[in-house]
Amino acid sequence: MYLSLLFYFIASIAVGSAIFVVLNRNAIYSAVSLVLCFFALAVLYLLLEAYFLAVLEIFIYAGAIMVLFLFAIMLLNLGREEALPRFMQLQRSLSLMLVLIFFFGIFLILFGSSEILDPPVEKFSGGGVYSLGEALFSKYLLPFEIASLLLLVGLIGTVYLAKRKI
Amino acid sequence: MDLLGFIIICVKVLVVFAATMFTVLALIYAERRISAFMQGRIGPNRVGPKGILQPIADGIKFLMKEDIIPASVDKPIFILAPAILLVPAMMTFAVIPFGSNITLFGREIPLQIADVNVGILYILALTSIGVYGIVLAGWSSNNKYSLLGGLRSAAQLISYELAMGLAVISIILLAGSLKLNDIVADQQGYFFSWNVVKQPVAFLIFLVATYAETNRLPFDLSEAEQELVGGYHTEYSSMKFAMFFMAEYANMITAAALTVTLFFGGWDVPLINEASLGMVGVLLSVISFILKMAFFLFLFIWVRWTFPRFRYDQLMKLGWKVMLPIALINIFITAGYLSITALV
Repeated sequence: MYLSLLFYFIASIAVGSAIFVVLNRNAIYSAVSLVLCFFALAVLYLLLEAYFLAVLEIFIYAGAIMVLFLFAIMLLNLGREEALPRFMQLQRSLSLMLVLIFFFGIFLILFGSSEILDPPVEKFSGGGVYSLGEALFSKYLLPFEIASLLLLVGLIGTVYLAKRKI
Repeated sequence: MDLLGFIIICVKVLVVFAATMFTVLALIYAERRISAFMQGRIGPNRVGPKGILQPIADGIKFLMKEDIIPASVDKPIFILAPAILLVPAMMTFAVIPFGSNITLFGREIPLQIADVNVGILYILALTSIGVYGIVLAGWSSNNKYSLLGGLRSAAQLISYELAMGLAVISIILLAGSLKLNDIVADQQGYFFSWNVVKQPVAFLIFLVATYAETNRLPFDLSEAEQELVGGYHTEYSSMKFAMFFMAEYANMITAAALTVTLFFGGWDVPLINEASLGMVGVLLSVISFILKMAFFLFLFIWVRWTFPRFRYDQLMKLGWKVMLPIALINIFITAGYLSITALV
């Protein structure tokens, strides 16, 4: 009972802040409410007893990525009320179409199968640090290594772009 | 959860919160007295015996002062920023064990608010949230010095978080767990089982990184008075300024408690088995935790009034080119040693 009440409370915060991110014109406000959204997601992970995932959500998204976003927004000093240019009609209609297709797909899945509405929730045992580590280094070793290689390439690329003369 | 368990948790939260607030007050007094001693002054000595009520007088002064919000600030964020800084600072203490288990009403109560199984990551994650308070305060003040202070501090926190996290990883490798309780249990016994003996390099890196993370001298570049007026809190006054102040001291308390927990055996009293002594053991463990913590808080103050401030490029060089590689090598050696001993 209490848990489902908490779930709806947190979920509404997550959805509300996510909507606020999109609707707000002020970039800083958007960034801050995105952080709030990440926190709400982390609490949802906690409700699923996925502690490790919850902490990682805060650690990586809220703690690292969004700080860099804020950095960029502040240094570029995006104006407080920057009007959207008018020539975006094409983009607007295109994005509307894509969103409609996306929602159509979701509804198709929702009403197509009963399993989505009542999913078999499997809880992580023990927060999943051990199980996650074991899975990463045995079953998913290749994707893990590829991802790390990708990050390394990104890192080197950043250094190259930022510092032409080394 | 039963009612008694709920009440016990509430009491623990209240006690820890009150203790932290009290320590903040005591720390402000200690800072002023010790700095006065080091500079050959007397320090606060008028309010109460030996000036011991000075922090309370300061608090009342902060409350009574006019709360000025400058005209062109971004009002919602300007008001929100001190809270964003203070709340994570107060939350981090929740997972730190401050004594051995106590037996009351026929049940065993751990002296720790929440035994989270990712405890150490929880603390690192929350400390990385505090940077928002500083950055947003700097930006919303609509003041160049504040903005520079905020940006400096954000860069500094991100850089030193890495070294700090890597230093902690070598401890996690030794204990084989992210739980702070397990890390404390791993260090029980003699002095030589404390992590400061097993991991001296990690300890040094961690200690330096905590000074950078708490924005204390010699790394307090975000509020370097000579360059930035007051840094990110230049435009703040009254209780909002006091909240920045409290957050700094709360962060110091958490940093000291974390240093004790990770490297100095937590509440462990060397050569004594606390569990066999009953209530006396519990008392001893809490006292030993407080004494160890007090030493590190004193160290914070000692360092502040002894060392000059680093230059900004020196700070970045130290973080990225010295501490990060050393921490990585330390992890490599620790992991190598552990895997070799596991084979033998």
